[in-house]
Amino acid sequence: MSNQDVDVAVIGGGPAGLAAAVSAKEHGAKHVVILDRNSWLGGILPQCIHDGFGVEETGESMTGPEYAEKYISMAQQQNIGVMNETMVLHFDKKREIIAVNKKGIHKIKAKTIVLAMGCREKTRWSAMIPGDRPSGIFTAGVAQSFINLYNIMPGKNVVILGSGDVGLIIARRLKFEGANVLGVIEILPYASGLPRNVVQCLDDYDIPLFLNHTVTSIEGRERLERIAIAQVNKNMNPISGTERQIKCDTLLLSLGLIPENELLKNADIKIDEITGGPVVDQNLETTLGGVFACGNCLQVYDTVDMLSIDAKRAGKNAAKYNKSKKLKTSIKLIAGKGVRYVVPQKIDVAGTVHITLRSEKPQEKSILWIIENDKIILRKKLRFVNPANMVKLVIEIPPEVVKSGHKLEVIIDDKR
Amino acid sequence: MKNFHVAIIGGGVIGSSIAWELSKYKLDVVVFEMGSDVASGASKANSGVVHSGINSPPSSLKARYCVEGNKILQSLADNLGFPLKWIGKYVIAKNEEEIKELERLKKVGIENCVPGLKIKNGAEVTEPNISCFAALWVPTAGIVSPYKFTMAFAENAAENDVKFLLETKVTNLIKHKDCFILKTNKGEYQSLLVVNAAGLNCREIISMVEKPDFNVYPCRGEYLVLDKKHSSLINSMIYPVPPKELGVLGVHITPTIGGNILLGPSAEFIDDTENKKTTREMMKTLIIEGRKIIPAISDRAVINAYSGIRCKLASPEEGGWSDYRIEESKQVSGLISLLGIESPGLTGAPAIAKDVVRMISQSIELKFKDNFKFAKIKRKRFSEMSVKERSDFIKKDERWGRIVCRCEQITEKEVIDALSNPLGAKTLSSVKYRCRAGMGRCQGGFCTQHIIRIIKKQFNMDVKNIKLRSPDSNLFFGRTREVRNE
Repeated sequence: MSNQDVDVAVIGGGPAGLAAAVSAKEHGAKHVVILDRNSWLGGILPQCIHDGFGVEETGESMTGPEYAEKYISMAQQQNIGVMNETMVLHFDKKREIIAVNKKGIHKIKAKTIVLAMGCREKTRWSAMIPGDRPSGIFTAGVAQSFINLYNIMPGKNVVILGSGDVGLIIARRLKFEGANVLGVIEILPYASGLPRNVVQCLDDYDIPLFLNHTVTSIEGRERLERIAIAQVNKNMNPISGTERQIKCDTLLLSLGLIPENELLKNADIKIDEITGGPVVDQNLETTLGGVFACGNCLQVYDTVDMLSIDAKRAGKNAAKYNKSKKLKTSIKLIAGKGVRYVVPQKIDVAGTVHITLRSEKPQEKSILWIIENDKIILRKKLRFVNPANMVKLVIEIPPEVVKSGHKLEVIIDDKR
Repeated sequence: MKNFHVAIIGGGVIGSSIAWELSKYKLDVVVFEMGSDVASGASKANSGVVHSGINSPPSSLKARYCVEGNKILQSLADNLGFPLKWIGKYVIAKNEEEIKELERLKKVGIENCVPGLKIKNGAEVTEPNISCFAALWVPTAGIVSPYKFTMAFAENAAENDVKFLLETKVTNLIKHKDCFILKTNKGEYQSLLVVNAAGLNCREIISMVEKPDFNVYPCRGEYLVLDKKHSSLINSMIYPVPPKELGVLGVHITPTIGGNILLGPSAEFIDDTENKKTTREMMKTLIIEGRKIIPAISDRAVINAYSGIRCKLASPEEGGWSDYRIEESKQVSGLISLLGIESPGLTGAPAIAKDVVRMISQSIELKFKDNFKFAKIKRKRFSEMSVKERSDFIKKDERWGRIVCRCEQITEKEVIDALSNPLGAKTLSSVKYRCRAGMGRCQGGFCTQHIIRIIKKQFNMDVKNIKLRSPDSNLFFGRTREVRNE
């Protein structure tokens, strides 16, 4: 077993890990190392060959591989260590990481750790879709990797379940490759991907979007032959009599993403049940001191731009981490009415706090409130909120609020 | 046309264990399996339970084979290298009334010579998440991985020169004076004896030579697989007292060899022997039934669902229970049929196989091979190794250091070992069932692309020919340009 000591160990070399590592280095960390399971850096980006990455962050629109390349070359210039094809098996409360690669088992003692493990796709069984178990059922990301990284066609007559961004983008991509995309099925009354993707990927190519629908059955004993879809009621249950068959050979699932945080179990880091990511404070530090989290393992982001901006903060804070400064008291930030979740979940230092949150449902005109008991900390008009669009806020938290120990509740309401 | 002494139709646990038992002798044996791998039917989709013998009436074949099989399983596991754990089972009584059932089961068990049975009161039950009035503790119940169990027999039989013909369906069987002609989708074969171990298709095979005197009543059982992170919910198997009808054991909760928890099976008589669909209703029912035993079970824990089909010889009207039939045809000599081998068939298989060989020895003189070999050393799994072992293995072969399946921590070496199986099975599922790659919570989200890459390289295969599980379950349509230009 090899041993090494590092200042910042970044677990995951996707966009979040890269941005965090680069930022940690820029903020004074001497020895930064990225541990990644793939043989490449950039995570999912190399298979995202469509355009639109980097607009919010840099003003320039890039493809996924181009965006990744930008950060990879920065990491190289800064002499950030990279351990590829390396899987972290375990890390503990003392921030000792055990990882494996073809050279053997490695023990890495890190002053701080940045978690950037990303996420995985929900499967057919997360949605409990009954029926046969034929070939021809893929998650959208897996299908995307086959088409874009390996030039392999997973299907000809394709239905997509779930209107997340990956599903919308793969619909257009399949069309480019000559497949028939028979429709995108969405259980909610609205698309779950970004509105711009609905227009650019479906509307522009006449791909129908079936809202308030779900797949009720899968048929085909060898390869997929047909599926049944049905309209759903308010409780998301299929309405009898609305069922119809669609002949297809492929069903792609874009049902959402789940943060990958199995590693956190050993280190006893607290997880937020709603985000699926670790509970963090305003510095993106988890409940284990010196361990920070960013990217899709913290919360599933809409765009890589927003993800990178936050990841840089995690990297910076990891570089500047100083155990002694840590205060014991903290206040909770909780999701109230109309809000699905808020990150960070706690605040222990007064001052500028970056907040990200998602609304429960789409609303035309609404007001966002942050309330301590009955005291209004913030009141902000929001023009249009949509669960697909993350809301970002920067607020000032006065010292007396932190001292009070009261929880802060975030609410989205049409009036108050 | 190749001549065989014995042709076995069906590569399930019965066919495979008979093949293994025969592989000890100087015989030419062939197994016809219509699926792309052995254990493609009921042998794959069941609870993986090693039964003790408390559920079958004394003097039934079911009881006899179950108890005999249970006794010889440990030595087989040692010699063939399949995992086996004696975790025991509790049959729980929810109220005073049900204790009578426990007493009945205990009495049956004692008559069947099942050792160690004990009725415990609720407080004595060593399962923190189970609350019950009382429970029957069955220490001699265990678990195996049903497909690994079947594969262990089949692969060792193949190593000892039994021929396995996958994706080969017997389409007709013709009895000549002193041999059989077996017509298949891959040509004709000749054999002195035929063993009909075709499971649900046993009647179809018999119909090729004579009028069957029985019916098959397929009874579907659905299962849910729970994420490993819930594995600490139970230590042993938890069964309810058996329902009065249908001749089944009821929805139970079973730890699996792989570390998951299994919930099921349902019991539903269906018309079609191939209808292995899972249904919305049953999935819901299983969760409800599971919660009656462990209230903490959540549908969010489900990572997979499947169903298997029991081969029953009794209709629901007749109560669903009947004994096995293991017999040589009276009209067509040389045809040995195994009919209605449902639970506890997995446990009983090795004992059944010994009996079938005894029957065969009445027609053919059996001589032991000099060069019969047990399975090579038990295959190591990276996830079960110590740090030292891991380092040593990686030093010897760096492929031990490349994790392909993240959720289950399966290395490239293990995937390649799985693909090097002596049966020649090369589907995505044949990898999955041998080394667990793709069986974790992401269900292949990360590893599928890597396994496909490895399969393609290992066999220099066109991607169009890579299959998921069965002969026509191709995964891809070819290269992108090819498809577009068609």
